[in-house]
Amino acid sequence: MRYLSALAATLFALAVWQGVVSLTGLPKFILPGPGLVAETWWQNRWLIAEHTWTTAVEVVIGLACGTLLGVVTALQLANSRVARVLVQPMLVFTQALPVFALAPLLTLWLGYGLWSKVAMAVLIIYFPITSSFFDGLMRTPAGYLDLARTMQASRGAVLWHIRIPAALPSLASGMRLAAVYAPIGAVIGEWVGSSQGLGYLMLLANGRAKTDLMFAAMLTLGVFSILLHMIVRRATAGMAGEMR
Amino acid sequence: MTPAPDLSISGTATIDGATLFAPLTLTLGAGAWTCLLGGSGVGKTTVLRLIAGLETGAEFTGRITASDGRPVSERVAYMAQDDLLLPWATVAQNVSLGARLRGETVDLDRRDRLIERMRLQDHLTRKPSELSGGQRQRVALARTLMEDRPIVLLDEPFSALDARTRADMQDLAAEALRGRTVLLVTHDPAEAARLGQSIVVMTQHGLTPCDPPAAPAPRAVDDPNALETQGALLKLLREAA
Repeated sequence: MRYLSALAATLFALAVWQGVVSLTGLPKFILPGPGLVAETWWQNRWLIAEHTWTTAVEVVIGLACGTLLGVVTALQLANSRVARVLVQPMLVFTQALPVFALAPLLTLWLGYGLWSKVAMAVLIIYFPITSSFFDGLMRTPAGYLDLARTMQASRGAVLWHIRIPAALPSLASGMRLAAVYAPIGAVIGEWVGSSQGLGYLMLLANGRAKTDLMFAAMLTLGVFSILLHMIVRRATAGMAGEMR
Repeated sequence: MTPAPDLSISGTATIDGATLFAPLTLTLGAGAWTCLLGGSGVGKTTVLRLIAGLETGAEFTGRITASDGRPVSERVAYMAQDDLLLPWATVAQNVSLGARLRGETVDLDRRDRLIERMRLQDHLTRKPSELSGGQRQRVALARTLMEDRPIVLLDEPFSALDARTRADMQDLAAEALRGRTVLLVTHDPAEAARLGQSIVVMTQHGLTPCDPPAAPAPRAVDDPNALETQGALLKLLREAA
């Protein structure tokens, strides 16, 4: 049923798209129709695959590093009042800075290659991961902590046996958000400076008025993001179901 | 388990300068069940939490002492209305939580004996969400017994259960916790009349000790003497309000 409704929604979107193209008669370098885009996609499938691979590598490495960094930060924040006082405002400030503004700087520092894009992906997901996991760690049901206290548990044991498991569903929702954000970060990085990746391909196609190729790259990115989200969703299902 | 001591709490508690309870003295008999009965907001849970050494939000001035002169709060086991079972842990893991939290090796034989005693042996690897309310409270009781503490603090542990399950749990707990110094905080006169070897009613005017029924606890649910006591306790609660 779910697949059926997804299929129906896709067909509907394609019909609207084709309808707009047919009704307005816009030239194909402004708005190519779905048929043309599909054809271009097929003709350029190896080119697109190559650039998708580049972006995918950036995103996956960024996702892994950003998650690790966010988890470690959240644990530090939850464990130490000093860390909360010193680091929390900085964390909010980094989130207030648009990542777009940092992209040129990161390219300057880390070069045109892989790492400036990984850094972009990390930056964009660091905050959602950190804040969701940290919130989870700080919202341990008070009853559990009371019980642990009467059992003479050490702080470390409470963190490991109670607070972290109780916060896993929050971490899972942070990671699902991150799976959607990370490709955005990587593609912005590619726009600012690169010679590979779907973002690069989009800019290139746009510059040459190959709007059909741009659409093909864009739709590939969309499908990739959805797949990534589904994978992360599946992978974190166990974590999210931990609480009753 | 070390022999259960007498326990005494005397003092007064205030919240932001307002009196929560005026100076009072409550003595819990060694190895006996004391039921502290009262309506909401009179501070009976605060008394229990003070003994347990838990955060109360109130300022307490006074003393909490055990007859053997040893510290109190590290010798208590605690059971609340919410069973406080960790939803991600199995029944067996929940029962042995205390040892795991203290980094001790779990006495598996003892754990399994207690689980069997609570008739939970078929649910060893189940998660709490797969259990009924009564089964969950039995896991919580097994966890409490696993701690093997001389002092047991029960904060309305049976009030969320249906009448039949509640009566079953009362019998089970009375039998399992025999010989320990037990404080049962409750708002249910029937529960106090069934289980209390000593019954104290707490109102905003202070503590009123009441005579428990003659029969040994746990009394039958239709014990005439217990029903009479239940009536008297309810009357006392209503007069105070």
